Amino acid sequence: MSKEVEKDDVTGTETTGHEWDGIKELDTPMPRWWLWTMYGTIIWSIGYWIVMPAWPLVSSYTEGFLGYSSRGALEQELEEANEAQAGDRAALVTTELEDIKNNDQLYQFALRGGKSAFAVNCSQCHGSGAAGAPGFPNLNDDDWLWGGSVDQIYETIKYGIRSDHDDTRIGEMPAFLTNEMLDRSQINDVTEYVLSLSDTREDKEAVARGEVVFQENCASCHGENAKGNREFGAPNLTDAIWFYGKDKDVILRTISRGRNNVMPAWVDRLDDATIRQLALYVHSLGGGE
Amino acid sequence: MNLLWLAFTIVGVLTGVLLSAKAVDPNMMLHGMMFTLASILSAFALIARHYRNASAPSLASENGSVNYNTEILKAGVIASAFWGIAGFAVGLVIALQLAFPALNFDLPWTNFGRLRPLHTSAVIFAFGGNILIMTSFHVVQRTCRARLAGDIAPWFVFWGYQLFIVLAATGYLLGVTQSKEYAEPEWYVDIWLTLVWVVYLLVFLATLWRRQEKHIYVANWFYLAFIVTIAMLHVVNNLSVPVSFAGVKSYSLFAGVQSALTQWWYGHNAVGFFLTAGFLGIMYYYIPKRVNRPVYSYRLSIIHFWSLIFLYIWAGPHHLHYTALPDWAQTLGMTFSVMLWMPSWGGMINGLMTLSGAWDKLRTDPVVRFLVTSVAFYGMSTFEGPLMSIKAVNALSHYTDWTIGHVHSGALGWVAYISFGALYFMVPVLWKRKSLYSDALVNLHFWISTVGILLYITAMWVSGILQGLMWRAYDAFGFLEYSFSETVEAMHPFYVIRALGGLLFLIGALIMIYNLWRTARGDVREKEAGKLVPNLEYAGAR
Repeated sequence: MSKEVEKDDVTGTETTGHEWDGIKELDTPMPRWWLWTMYGTIIWSIGYWIVMPAWPLVSSYTEGFLGYSSRGALEQELEEANEAQAGDRAALVTTELEDIKNNDQLYQFALRGGKSAFAVNCSQCHGSGAAGAPGFPNLNDDDWLWGGSVDQIYETIKYGIRSDHDDTRIGEMPAFLTNEMLDRSQINDVTEYVLSLSDTREDKEAVARGEVVFQENCASCHGENAKGNREFGAPNLTDAIWFYGKDKDVILRTISRGRNNVMPAWVDRLDDATIRQLALYVHSLGGGE
Repeated sequence: MNLLWLAFTIVGVLTGVLLSAKAVDPNMMLHGMMFTLASILSAFALIARHYRNASAPSLASENGSVNYNTEILKAGVIASAFWGIAGFAVGLVIALQLAFPALNFDLPWTNFGRLRPLHTSAVIFAFGGNILIMTSFHVVQRTCRARLAGDIAPWFVFWGYQLFIVLAATGYLLGVTQSKEYAEPEWYVDIWLTLVWVVYLLVFLATLWRRQEKHIYVANWFYLAFIVTIAMLHVVNNLSVPVSFAGVKSYSLFAGVQSALTQWWYGHNAVGFFLTAGFLGIMYYYIPKRVNRPVYSYRLSIIHFWSLIFLYIWAGPHHLHYTALPDWAQTLGMTFSVMLWMPSWGGMINGLMTLSGAWDKLRTDPVVRFLVTSVAFYGMSTFEGPLMSIKAVNALSHYTDWTIGHVHSGALGWVAYISFGALYFMVPVLWKRKSLYSDALVNLHFWISTVGILLYITAMWVSGILQGLMWRAYDAFGFLEYSFSETVEAMHPFYVIRALGGLLFLIGALIMIYNLWRTARGDVREKEAGKLVPNLEYAGAR
């Protein structure tokens, strides 16, 4: 290493005089804009510390002159949001469900709120378009298990079906094979009969035998004409809409093992205004009565 | 000394046998067996070495120049290349799984939840880690003019690290995880890594100790900061109590928000010290070497080094904005991240301005193109980071794909590109070739992967901001506009574009592997003979 200052030919800048594996270093001063921007961010940060919560102390922290807290900010935002909706929500609860449609502003509020609440709470089972899935009814059509008036829908949502609420809607599809109420051939016959109500069947004899089984075992809930009964949530078996699927295997399984799935009671989870929004929204989807 | 290492392998065999014999779960039994096998293989290697009569190589070669340890570097190049391809390929698989969920195949081992840590660990720790260990061993030898300290110790670091990777990766697939991001390996794998890391530190320090240069070169400061800090982060974040000493499961010493803060103190500094400081070490050697120009500013390197080291360690809380973390900690995380902007950019300035007087090389040398583009991506990511740490911006960006885009502009653009540049530089040097096999293939690799990165990050910017805006969209009545599933549906096209970007990046890396393999064999592409950028080290006949 020479004492003389070495200069880089290209830039004319002095080097530091060191060399590592052929690498030298220039003694270029730090770019001013770089340095001043760094000072700028430091000054900005100090300013931020003065006005915002920033430094921990022994058992507290510097709270800052603006008195900000994220919890406080959230509470304020929630309060503002609740306040903005308070009038409409109160009106929703005090107005008869059937009458809400006559108040256009309130009805629009209910539908928008219902759509939003549906997306969060209902779409997991019924689908985001409410088209349902096997075991989860389609809410767009006019085929209703428990009734399609807005009041009936409201009750279904509020108390659920076979839920743990005391006022729940209850109906049972028994397991005819498991409980030894029917044997396999009877179940096959009655399945043929049920299918014949909405489709043509080849085995006419089985259909005839099945009709007898049906009248003795099924008609009490599904009705003599098999058109269903909303008192028990018994589906109409004569249309082309199937709760669990239209394949013979599925129907055989339904009759053999029974079906008792659950719609939860929402009364303990959602406020009344939201349940009313949901009832009006579901009612508006196309099949409302 | 060899006997001591042999004793270690015997301890290793005993430990492995004990763990698998007493194992309370099948995963520990498997890992115990793998550990036993690795120890037995090491013992055989040591014994074979003894009978080859291999003594410790001399520090200087016959003509008086330093006898550098290049064998360990060649192994490092191969390991880096292998893990790079593995990591990129798994990345492509999980990108496709996000676009087409059927590709999860409903199997636990191929589920996104298990493959995702496999991808992140493979690219960060397996690919990035091997690159860092290998380049640090290269740079510290060259800039200290001293042979790497230790004879077997560097090989213990190398193979011990590979064993860590294999234990971690097989564990993920079998469901062994402590569920901490970037710190998924369980307690026994963590202990093993700690051992390996301490030896790594000792090898590095001992090499610095025997240097023949008066001053320690800047690249080595960065490497040392990386090694020391990662040790600290790793040990503290992984403090846990095993349920059984022969079982994989453990419980963290931290709970609740303390656990979250410790995790992100670790997680952010893994970015800061592993993926930034370590890779700045790479930049500080390979850029001046490749462009054959002095480093732009010594003063800048000192100031940006110390400010980076001091400020980075505070920035972790910005991962926990608007959570249960106290407001004051969020403020500190945010302000220190903003102050970190210029210290980060100091490295970019020093990297780019080192090209003063050699900018033409950007046109003539495709390897320089990789190195310079990596610094440009570094500059962009280190601006984007502070921006995203500002709470108002974070309120939109947090939990969205924007974060994924940000990480990948750093990971693909900065970390991988500087690594590719270093690999293209090192292979002709280590295998003593006059040039690469083909510069045209380097160029092809550059453009294919650059298009891939741009597709990736723009898709994630758009989808992330879209996602954030959809989540916070309210209608005139004050109700949420979209359901979560609607936002997921909206992401689909961007997930497809992202996977396409990942595919291009992987193809580019495969081209690199081919090129490096042909280079190592000593081939030169006929069309380019005589026109290739020369390996300056070769002419010097070091």
